[in-house]
Amino acid sequence: MSTTTKSAKIDRLAELTARNETASGASLWVEAFRRLRRSKMALIGAAIMAVFVVLAIVGPWIAPYSPTAQTWRDEVFVNRGEFVGPRGDNWLGLDHLGRDLFSRLLVGTRQTLLVGVVSTVLAFVVGAVIGGVSGAALAFGGRVGRQIDTVLMRLIDMMLALPSLLLAVSIAAVLGQSLTTVMIAVGVAQIPIFARLLRGSMLAQAGADYVLAARSLGVRRRRIVLAHVLPNSLGPLIVQSTLALATAIIEAAALSYLGLGNPDASQPEWGVMLAQAQRFFDQEPMMAVYPALGIIITSLGFTLLGEAMREALDPRLRS
Amino acid sequence: MSLLELDDVKVHFPVKRGVLFDRTVGHVYAVDGVSLSVEAGQTYGLVGESGCGKTTLGRAVLRLTDITSGRVVFDGTDLAALPDEEMRRTRHRLQMVFQDPLGSLNPRQNIESILAEGMAAHGIGANREERRERIVEILRRVGLPAGALSRYPHEFSGGQRQRIGIARAIVLEPDLIICDEPVSALDVSIQAQVLNLLEELQDALGLTYLVIAHDLAVVRHISDRIGVMYLGSLVEEAPSDALYAEPRHPYTRALMSAVPVPDPEVEDNRERILLRGDLPSPANPPAGCRFHTRCPWRQPERCDTERPALTDLGDGHRVACHYAAEIADGTVQPIRDLAPPVLRDVPGVPAQAGGGEEPVPAAS
Repeated sequence: MSTTTKSAKIDRLAELTARNETASGASLWVEAFRRLRRSKMALIGAAIMAVFVVLAIVGPWIAPYSPTAQTWRDEVFVNRGEFVGPRGDNWLGLDHLGRDLFSRLLVGTRQTLLVGVVSTVLAFVVGAVIGGVSGAALAFGGRVGRQIDTVLMRLIDMMLALPSLLLAVSIAAVLGQSLTTVMIAVGVAQIPIFARLLRGSMLAQAGADYVLAARSLGVRRRRIVLAHVLPNSLGPLIVQSTLALATAIIEAAALSYLGLGNPDASQPEWGVMLAQAQRFFDQEPMMAVYPALGIIITSLGFTLLGEAMREALDPRLRS
Repeated sequence: MSLLELDDVKVHFPVKRGVLFDRTVGHVYAVDGVSLSVEAGQTYGLVGESGCGKTTLGRAVLRLTDITSGRVVFDGTDLAALPDEEMRRTRHRLQMVFQDPLGSLNPRQNIESILAEGMAAHGIGANREERRERIVEILRRVGLPAGALSRYPHEFSGGQRQRIGIARAIVLEPDLIICDEPVSALDVSIQAQVLNLLEELQDALGLTYLVIAHDLAVVRHISDRIGVMYLGSLVEEAPSDALYAEPRHPYTRALMSAVPVPDPEVEDNRERILLRGDLPSPANPPAGCRFHTRCPWRQPERCDTERPALTDLGDGHRVACHYAAEIADGTVQPIRDLAPPVLRDVPGVPAQAGGGEEPVPAAS
């Protein structure tokens, strides 16, 4: 009995050793992904996101009715306070114009995701360029670099001084109402965060020993920035972008709520729906609750995933 | 001719302060006038307590830190005066091994990429295959398996990581390697292995080392010549054996007496010199001899006002002390119950009764 367990143990050990011997190196990203897969928070976040993305793609096809058809308009009387709640034909009831709320919610997923993703990508790219140039210039550019950094960072500071929603409102007001405007306004408002984040992250990495080692090897400055400093500085930005996506959806909703959203009524969007529903909040609160819940749940999904990614990428927590 | 010659090298960092515009309010004298020479094929050990400027000096030689004044002559060229691009091209001849083996390796690069990077920067090896061949050869030399190529730094132990750091340096076939505390981050059992590896490589490749360390045993084991640094400058320099046999500078004596002797009877009875106070701030170094605030042999006037130069006492034993000869023959005796001198030298602290010369009972 004891000999069998012992030999089983030895076999197991040999197996583990052999696996260790043959395993090729795992890069940091692979390792981070492995940790991410083990995290419950990440799984829940990813599941919510997956549902959200699938709905955004197939929403228009699986929606039972057209989101814009006022099929039941003679059943809803706004001025008499008569609304239609959930029933067999319309699972979530009707809106103030007699349109099916469930269909509108489904179809609206796509617009909402589009606004979130496009504005976040915009903020990420522009912010990373400004922050990257600034950080690289300050760390490796000598006196001229310091001046470049100062100019760029004062610009960013000016943007940071304005509350992001106020900034988005001003941009939307200047550019006029359209979907593109909403995306630009929300995206631009997020640029300073990304720029500051990358700059700080790069400065921290620029002082690391491996950068010193690369310099002493005689590696060119451009390669040090692009191959060493930048890849090691991107982690916080990726996490920030998942958080920013949630914020972007909420800010886009806020813009719609303030009447600066997409005026195109043929494409429902959760923020617009929420804005329209607020007029009837006294009589039919559920009309506002559905899109609000949608926004909250998707934001939660992105935030959960972002938090889990932050933990997975944190080198201090590496096992 | 010596391979590396430092001539009055100074590295001063400005201390800046200001709300809108930075004003320079002072300097940190990290390295303040160091001259030394390292012979080809030899190992020069640089010792001193933390904060004495030894790491800064090592980085200044490689121009990882800009030097304020002085000359760093390497094989006949003054590195401090080289244009940036020429300096970059020269770098393969001077390499560095870092203190923190993990921190000095990019976590996102595998070993092959880490070792190939310097070669690519200097055009060594025509293509990937040629480089890989050479890398495998170097890995074998430092005692790592060829399977390490595709692995990442976090998968290795501390000793292995330091071997990777050494491999990265020697793959460029340098003449001089600056080892900044090469073993202080490693377990004692691993330290000997890495030191032996460094010695083997020196014999095989004809390397010259400048080893920076605070561990006297490490430096003694590996060095031909040793320089002792205190507060940014050399206080004593001698061939390794001579320094350990007969330390001449009071600071070196105190350092040596802090090394425990592995014999309980000798250990109990030997003379120990306890230094009082802390290392003074390099931003505000004491006038005169830098060591006079803590020196048990301190003599009035001259030590406080005149900075001693490094003078040769014969046989290449250089000491920066006015009274080195007198201390050696016993005419100058240490003051046993010296009041903590730091107290007297801080401006603003009122001198104790009797000018602070009264014996003060030792704290422990």
